Amino acid sequence: MKFSYYPGCTLKTKAKDLDRYARASCVALGVDLAELPEWQCCGAVYPMAKDEIATKLSSVRALASARDLGTDLVTLCSACHNVIKQVNNDMKTDADIALRANNYLKLDTPYKGEANVLHFLEMLRDRVGFDALKEKVTNPLTGRKIGAYYGCLLLRPSKVMAMDDAENPTIIEDFIRAIGATPVVYGMRNECCGGYVTLENKASAVKRSSAVLESAKAKGADTVVTACPLCLYNLQKNGGDAGVDVVYFTELLAEALGVK
Amino acid sequence: MSHDKKQAALDEILRSSGVDVRKCMRCGKCTATCPAFDEMEYHPHQFVYMVEKGEIEKLAASPSIFKCLSCFACMERCPRQVEPAKLIEAVRLSVIREKGANHLKPEQVPALLDEDLPQQAITSAFRKYSK
Repeated sequence: MKFSYYPGCTLKTKAKDLDRYARASCVALGVDLAELPEWQCCGAVYPMAKDEIATKLSSVRALASARDLGTDLVTLCSACHNVIKQVNNDMKTDADIALRANNYLKLDTPYKGEANVLHFLEMLRDRVGFDALKEKVTNPLTGRKIGAYYGCLLLRPSKVMAMDDAENPTIIEDFIRAIGATPVVYGMRNECCGGYVTLENKASAVKRSSAVLESAKAKGADTVVTACPLCLYNLQKNGGDAGVDVVYFTELLAEALGVK
Repeated sequence: MSHDKKQAALDEILRSSGVDVRKCMRCGKCTATCPAFDEMEYHPHQFVYMVEKGEIEKLAASPSIFKCLSCFACMERCPRQVEPAKLIEAVRLSVIREKGANHLKPEQVPALLDEDLPQQAITSAFRKYSK
């Protein structure tokens, strides 16, 4: 099973754990994750305006590169996933954006949204399969009570992300079951942590992030998992003293597969 | 602002956002679900009807345009697919696209850093606050 892989800027710096545990787990699962030969930062938030073209080009380059390699494109960071999947949708469905992006890029073959973008979790669910994953688990995390933190970028807007039910998701809970732990469903699992507002209004990020962890704690979670470096930062730094561990889901995956 | 200029500003916001404000039925769900609503002078539902009324100047002058977290909650949960976040983005862009109007400047960044802050935070803030 071979995929192109887009790590993104933060996974090369502050979020190395998210990346390296994913790579180690893929070796254990027999998945070949081939990092795109050249990639540029996606910009971290999707530019929503119809007349934003330049800010979408790095995503288009990654998408076209995956198409040319003939492989599906796997993303891991929630933000990269959100930006690249939404830009792909623009290239498929918005003729004006596609025309102007292609006019600038002058690719050998114009890009029209042909690549298929999969989040790492989708790759686990839809290609590897959670049942097959369960069979490869050598160190099940029995007894651990783990809350899935979806945040905002992984699932929304659901019509474009098309990954799971945005209001009642199950993909991370099913993942948690596959690695032998018990999923904890809590109210704030798909509400925002505050994101980049921590830069200019820390109090607001504290309010948002502590509400998330208090909600997880109230339902009995000992750990919360995320796929987003900024969520991890906010929950750890701005999440108050709920006493809930916050880790990347790939770290628990590697632990369960015995490759941590 | 003259009537023509006001109309041009409104047309620009509608074109750039791609939003049809007339679909809004004033249910307020966007504001009810917005994680930043209490930080905003004008709440997401107000953005929609103020744009409809052409009050772009007021919105552009409000700090509210920098409070949106881009979490897509209002877009996901709007029963009429109005997508208020796209209006906030369009108004913010109309402001920061003007020369010298960046909300976040590179020289401010070193003071905002701590050792754990992910690059993603700075990249996102630059994309939202600066051109």
